[in-house]
Amino acid sequence: MAIFLNENSKVIVQGMTGSEGMKHTRRMLKAGTQIVGGVNPRKAGQKVDFDGQSLPVFASVQEAIAETGADTSVVFVPPAFCKAAVLEAVDAEIGTVIVITEGIPVHDSVVFWNYAESKGNKTRIVGPNCPGIASPGKSNAGITPADITDAGPIGLVSKSGTLTYQLMYELRDIGFSTSVGIGGDPVIGTTHIDCLKAFEADPETKAIVMIGEIGGDAEERAAEYIKAHVTKPVVGYIAGFTAPEGKTMGHAGAIISGSAGTAESKKEALEAAGVKVGKTPSETANLMREVIKGL
Amino acid sequence: MDLYEYQGRALFARHDVPVLDGGVATTPAEAVELAERLGDRVVVKAQVKVGGRGKAGGVKLADNVDEVKTHATNILGMDIKGHTVEKVMLTVTADIDSEYYFSYLLDRANRTFLCIASVAGGMEIEEVAHTDPDKVVKLPIDAGVGVTPEIANQIIDQAGFPEDLRDQLVDVFVKLWHAFVAEDATLVEVNPLVRTPEGKVLALDAKVTLDENADFRHAENAEFEDKSAVDPLEQHAKEQGLNYVKLDGSVGIIGNGAGLVMSTLDVVAYAGEKHGGVKPANFLDIGGGASAAVMANSLEVVLSDPQVKSVFVNVFGGITACDEVANGIVGALGTLADRGETVDKPLVARIDGNNAEAGRKILADANHPLITVVETMDAAADKVAELANQEA
Repeated sequence: MAIFLNENSKVIVQGMTGSEGMKHTRRMLKAGTQIVGGVNPRKAGQKVDFDGQSLPVFASVQEAIAETGADTSVVFVPPAFCKAAVLEAVDAEIGTVIVITEGIPVHDSVVFWNYAESKGNKTRIVGPNCPGIASPGKSNAGITPADITDAGPIGLVSKSGTLTYQLMYELRDIGFSTSVGIGGDPVIGTTHIDCLKAFEADPETKAIVMIGEIGGDAEERAAEYIKAHVTKPVVGYIAGFTAPEGKTMGHAGAIISGSAGTAESKKEALEAAGVKVGKTPSETANLMREVIKGL
Repeated sequence: MDLYEYQGRALFARHDVPVLDGGVATTPAEAVELAERLGDRVVVKAQVKVGGRGKAGGVKLADNVDEVKTHATNILGMDIKGHTVEKVMLTVTADIDSEYYFSYLLDRANRTFLCIASVAGGMEIEEVAHTDPDKVVKLPIDAGVGVTPEIANQIIDQAGFPEDLRDQLVDVFVKLWHAFVAEDATLVEVNPLVRTPEGKVLALDAKVTLDENADFRHAENAEFEDKSAVDPLEQHAKEQGLNYVKLDGSVGIIGNGAGLVMSTLDVVAYAGEKHGGVKPANFLDIGGGASAAVMANSLEVVLSDPQVKSVFVNVFGGITACDEVANGIVGALGTLADRGETVDKPLVARIDGNNAEAGRKILADANHPLITVVETMDAAADKVAELANQEA
């Protein structure tokens, strides 16, 4: 099963012909992702060769969908052009658009999110500033290293890329159904709650790892959701206990404002919802190991 | 980026929001010169990015040039909650009939923009929201529509602003919205927005936060960056494209990915509890890749902090495999030696992930006297905290 992305997903890459797009398209193909083409209006009609596999470049997302039946797009275009790229994907009503790009002005993210909402959320937006979605053994849409782990019963949702990789690596002997990197920006599309809901409904997922970090109140709200709706075991990890107030810690959204958005508050909320929260990534992995043993 | 009041005021003026005539001065002599242009009565206001300056004596009324000189002399150099006053803003005075509160901000929880307005201005809006919640109006603003005159009228109706100010307020609210959008602000706050006895609406304060992700389309706002107020190490790191935040501990940290680096700080502080309470000295995210050049620049920045006693390099090799990371670390020490930099602090490296064995072997073979390789993050944090405690 997996969530949001599986072996049948037909993936296009917006910005495939750029350097990041080229590098990661090659990687994703190697991981077995069914990539059916790229989008770049200035290079429409051309073909791009990836180690012997030739992929078409389309003028628009709409054309790519019409020609290939694509249902997922991965966006690698530079920050200045991301708003237009996502609005185009939403207009074409593609199922999922995964925005990898870091450094998008937050006004642009609010505009494309509000636009997707006004269109009835027919398009799931993941990111921006995220590593994408990986369903090991099935498909990999984004920049998550593909060979970290095999398929298995753990579902993972995280604001952070490298912490995702770290946890997947530590639990590689157990394996993952899907990992969703939701991104470290203040405004993102798919949330912790959206992923928890999907994992709860996914028969292949038996337990969930949720990784959060300072800034905003998404983790607190996820805790409320877990308390009310999630029956599968959830193990949590929060980064940023030592972060000072008012400083952006790498991710644009990782900032404690006044007394809001602290790691302590997130940890307490999760623990109050019955979630075991690890002190370190390794301790978190061990907590999950115990959970899996007990199933 | 938070702006100083004088910068926010300049930004308001750029968008035709009514503000008082004024200017900024860095010396008493400049303040006097400015006051001579502005006229007899002026307000001298300390420029600091922290609240409570009035209580601290950082806002004074001057009736003549001598008083301007006295106040400017007293306020410049003053310490307000750890912020040294480098500049004062002078404005002409205005008589105040009523004070209001008005702001636009990013509402990250609801993924939209929000307008907050109140006819009870002049004090902290959180306090008004607490004591008199009915007086605070919060209205989500659809990014696709923005603040049209119709929306501005809705705000006026809901907040209960005086009817005779309607036309002026519609104009100010629409202009502030234009400023908010055009400048890529995440906060535009006017507290107080005032009515003068003559019935004129004026923005008497300006609190503005700009989104740094949008800097690429606001070359004109680069002047707002206050290099003198930034930690010199942070400034140096920024110039090299490194994401560095100075903290006050003794364990230097270098890692990849914001989440992993934040986590590394936590794990080091946690391990430090057993080693004399040592804490992380900084946040430094090298991002994807870990070339010798990036690693060398990172080490140089971290080691130039005199408080640093040991350094923790914590990298998860994903797409960049660990052997490349290891070569980066070894190469960096060579590069620093070539630059004539002395590296004399112990360095603990933990590299894990893709090709970890090969990476650790490269570090082992290099046999560098300063490098200790530890396999897990928790054990490495323990080691680096122990070393920092020994060196202290």
